[in-house]
Formats: sequence, C-alpha cells, structure tokens
Amino acid sequence: MALDRWIALILAGICLAYGYTAWFTMDGSLAPFMKRNPIWPSTFPKVLSVIGLLASLVILLGLEKSESSEPDIDYRRLGQYNLGQALLLLALMVAYALGLRPLGFLFSTAAFLILGSFFLGERRWVVMLPVSLIATFIVWYLVQQVLGIYLRPLPGFIGG
Amino acid sequence: MLEGLLIGLQTALSFQNILMVIGGCLIGTFIGMLPGLGPMSIIAIMIPVAISMGDPSAALILLAGVYYGAIFGGSTSSILLNAPGVAGTVASSFDGYPMAKQGKAGKALTIAAIASFAGGSIGAILLMVFAPALSSVALLFHSAEYFALMVVGLSAIAAFAGTGQVAKALLMTIVGLIMATVGEGALFNLPRFTMGIMDLQSGFGFITLAMAMFALPEALFLVLKPRTTRDDESGKITDLRITRQEARAIAPVIGRQSLQGFFIGVLPGAGATIASFLGYAVERNIATKEEQEEFGKGSIKGLAAPETANNAACTGSFVPLLTLGIPGSGTTAILLGALIALNVTPGPRLMLDEPQIFWAVIMSMFIGNLVLLVLNLPLIPYIAKVLSIPRNYLIPFILFFTLMGAYIGQNNATELLLLVAFGICATALRFADYPLAPLLIGFILGGMLEDNFARSMQLYDGIGFIWERPMTLGLLVIAGLLVVLPSYRARRARLRAQGVADGD
Repeated sequence: MALDRWIALILAGICLAYGYTAWFTMDGSLAPFMKRNPIWPSTFPKVLSVIGLLASLVILLGLEKSESSEPDIDYRRLGQYNLGQALLLLALMVAYALGLRPLGFLFSTAAFLILGSFFLGERRWVVMLPVSLIATFIVWYLVQQVLGIYLRPLPGFIGG
Repeated sequence: MLEGLLIGLQTALSFQNILMVIGGCLIGTFIGMLPGLGPMSIIAIMIPVAISMGDPSAALILLAGVYYGAIFGGSTSSILLNAPGVAGTVASSFDGYPMAKQGKAGKALTIAAIASFAGGSIGAILLMVFAPALSSVALLFHSAEYFALMVVGLSAIAAFAGTGQVAKALLMTIVGLIMATVGEGALFNLPRFTMGIMDLQSGFGFITLAMAMFALPEALFLVLKPRTTRDDESGKITDLRITRQEARAIAPVIGRQSLQGFFIGVLPGAGATIASFLGYAVERNIATKEEQEEFGKGSIKGLAAPETANNAACTGSFVPLLTLGIPGSGTTAILLGALIALNVTPGPRLMLDEPQIFWAVIMSMFIGNLVLLVLNLPLIPYIAKVLSIPRNYLIPFILFFTLMGAYIGQNNATELLLLVAFGICATALRFADYPLAPLLIGFILGGMLEDNFARSMQLYDGIGFIWERPMTLGLLVIAGLLVVLPSYRARRARLRAQGVADGD
C-alpha cells in the first residue's frame, strides 16, 4: 500500500476517534439548559467527522484516479538522502524547545545556530562563530528592546 | 467626493503623515519578510506606537502602511524561500517559488511588485467609488449566507488545489477544520477535544501551524536533497526587467484580479487568503491549455493573479471596517481595536463626522502603494541576496525563525514542540503528495465558519435556514458542484482518452 493510502487510513482513524467523541461522549457533560439550543458544541464536529471519513475512504479505496506526478523526493528511497542530518536538526529543534526557558535565549540560540551549521557540515569556525553570535545578539536586541517582548537572556542560575 | 479628496490629500500630504506611510511600509516589508511574522502580529506590535501618537489619521495611516508592507514582504519570502509567513501569500509561492528555482527570482519579484501596486491602487480607486454602495450590499448578507459563502470558498480551494486529487484536498480541508475545533470556542465557553491538556485550551496557534505546514518541510527538504544548481545561479538576479510580451500577458490578469480580489475582500471572512487562492484558481481555469500546463511550474500569470488579488482584497477589507464598523479579517479587527482606543468609532457616520480620517486613509493607500513600488523595486536585488546565503547558514536560520515566530506569538515553549511534531507530520504528508494549503485555510476559516453556522442555526431554530434562504441554498449548491465537477470532468477525460476521440 502506498504512503498516501496509509496516511488516509491514519486520518480515517483520527476521524473515527473524533467522530466517536462528538457523537457519543461529548454531549454527556452538556448542561441541561444548553440542550434546548438548536446547536450544540458537538453539532459541527459531527458533520466534519462524517465528511472527513468519506473523503479518507475515497482515497483509501482508490476511487479517484489521479495521475502520478514525479515528486521532489521519493520517500521509498529516503535512506539515500541526507536523512541523518534532517533527524539531527529535528532533535536539535526539540532540544532548543526544551532548553529555551531554563538556559536562556542567548545561550540556547547561539548553540542552536552553531550546532545547526555544524551538523550541516560547516567547519569554518572563524566564520561560523561570529555570524551565530552576532545574529543571536541582534535578534535578541530587536525582539527584546525594539518589539518589547521579554526573552530571558541568560540561564536561570546566573540570574537572567 | 472631490471635496473629500482634497481634504484627504491635505491630511495625507502633511510631512508627518508621509513619514508615517514610508516608515510603516518599510517596517512592514522587513518584518513581513521574516517567515512567520504576518501582518496580524506586526500590526498588533505596532499598536502601542500608533496609539501613543494620539492622532487617529496618522495612526491609521501608519498601520495601513505596515499592513501593505507586510503583505509585500510576505510575498517576497514566499517567492524566495517558499516560506510564506502570511496565509494571503501562500498562493504566490505556487508559481513564484518555481520561478526563483529557475533563476528568475528577479523577474518574479518585479512581477510581484507591479501586481501588488496595481492591485492596491485599483483597489483604492474602487474603495473610493464603491464604499457606500458596497456597504448596502454587504448589509443584505446574513450569517447563513456568510456560512454558505465560506463553504463555497473552502470547496473552491479543495477543488482547485490539486490536479485530479480533489479527495486529498478535501480531506486536508476537513483536517484543518477539525483542528480549528480544538480548544475553547467563543460561542460555547467549553473546551473541546483538548484531551485534558491545558496547553490546548486556547487551541492551536495559527502561526505555529503555518510554520509547520510550509517553512519547516521546506527546510527539511533542503536538508534531505541539497540543490546543487542553487550555488551557480544565486547572486545574479540580473533579469529584473519584464518584457513587453510578458507585460501584455499579465495586464488582463491584473485587471480581472483587482476587481475580483477587491470584491472578495469586501466580504467579511473572505479576505486576502481566499482572494488569492480563488484568483489563482480562476486564472488557471480560464487560461489556455498550454498556459495551464505552466501553472505551478513558474507561470507569470499564476504569480500575478494572487499578488494582485491579495493586495486588492486588503484594500477591499477596509470597506466593511470604514463603512460598517465590522472588521472583515483578523487584521482589520486589530485595526478596529486601535481606532476605538483612539476614540474613533468606525461606522456609517465616520464619513460624515470625520471625513478627514476616511479620506486620509484612502489617499495614504495610493501613497503607500507608490512608496512600496518606488522603494522596493530598486531594493529587489538586495532583497534577493537572501538566496546567496550558503545553505549551511540558511537552513539553521530558517529553522530558527520558524521557532522564533511560533515562540513570539504564544510565548510558550510547548508551542515549539507542537511546531516540530506538526512539521514532521507535514513532511510526511508532502511525501505522500497531499496538498497542505487547504489544511491551513480550513484551520483559519474553521472558527468563523462554525460561528456563522451556529448563529444561523439559532436564528432559524434548526437546519431550516438552508432551504428558507434561496441565496444560501444557491451558494451551497455551487459548493457541492465545485467538489463534484473536477472528478466528473477527469472521468470524462479518461473515458475519452480510452475510447475514440469525441467531436470536440
């Protein structure tokens, strides 16, 4: 089964779970006076779950023929691309998300930019370090001072 | 009207207000270029500045300038990086980005600038002429019609998004609508589908989703499959000029889309986003067979259409704001808030009570468009320099800006994890050739769609509004046809290809 039909299967499952919540479990907690309303919080989701299920079934059963176009990247040969780099960068983003608050903006951003270009194969430290550090500082200055959105600059234990 | 024009000119041409227009356009362009910071967030950020000036005309002029600049900057990043920070410029990347990939980035930016200028200026003329008349037409629309109109918009997007894959586009739209129902709706004050997670209480962030759907997969694709051709072509954005032939090709597109975009922009709920997608779809459908092949691969018509339409629609969205006091889009809703803070109540009386505000805004639209054209066209080679940044630096910076955009909007680190998770899902969807734009549009319109649906259900005490209001019924029938027709036509084409050729 091709990837698009697997995805349709997953989405059909999501629609089923969503529809189950909308049709059977949601209305239980509705206040009695709201039940007189012609529209309930579950009305619109009910409609959506039915249409979504129909659309995913059309894809799953292959009812609609579509001419296969040449994709940018063939997922069947994913191993031949720079998959490792992509996964490393994704892991780096997760680490950034987790570290932004405790480690402070300046440190985590500089580390993110340096490690990001390092993972991509950059080894010219003389260029990489100043670019990353200056960019970090400029963005921090713009966001914090010009736009006035607070970003904790330094790690918590230094008192940032 | 002539008197009003003169009052407007007098106000708009004061030294302070000209500075406001230029400053607003520049700020808007630069921030709007960063993927993820759309006009809504920029205007929200600029509101304290505008309010502290104390002069309503100057404030509105500044904010309108920022709005235009942000839309223009957004199309620049759509074309160069395929990272639209604004939903309204998503359609510009369909053809703008392929053009940039072919080394025609300079030409694409010129076309975008000219189309934006024409769309905005023609829109401003229309606003001047039609504002009073259109407000009375828009008054006839009830929530039932708004609901039906949004359904038409969504099904048009689904129907035109992909070639022969209407079901995929439809499914993506539904997924977007489903995601919009997560969190607390304005109508019910009940959290829905949050699975008990506090961070989902307010729903998914629009910016997060936009980043995850467009910028992140694009960056990942760049990592997975480095473009070797990029290095030789970048840096020489020489071909800024468009030929006479190309100008002739896009002129009718600009004319049609200025009108269509403007009128779509006037309708609340159907703003720049719908206008640009619909404009793209319409131009694609009425183009000749050979030109249709070009669409999606770097067609100049396919770029000019959404660019014209979204700027015209931005202008059009001022009509309900200035004449009825009803914001037609998220951006004009923020503008409405700013005006009320400045002690101005937009509405039918605005034109009578404070004509200088109304006309100054219109005049500043002309000036703003001129500033964008005059300032940005010469700056295009420098703006396009973004392309010549080495990949090793560009990718971490794109990733960083997607993270920042999501973080600034919500100030919440959980949003960043959501961003990564959605980004991975979106990449998988792109592998499987699912169109992602319908998902985002469904998500944006989901809330308004449900609100209007709920309101008409309440007014008519049930589903009766569909057949009791002929206009609603008609619009819904059109929506149904839009979804069914493409597959019907594809089936007929297939049958024809199998058997003997038909007469036509």
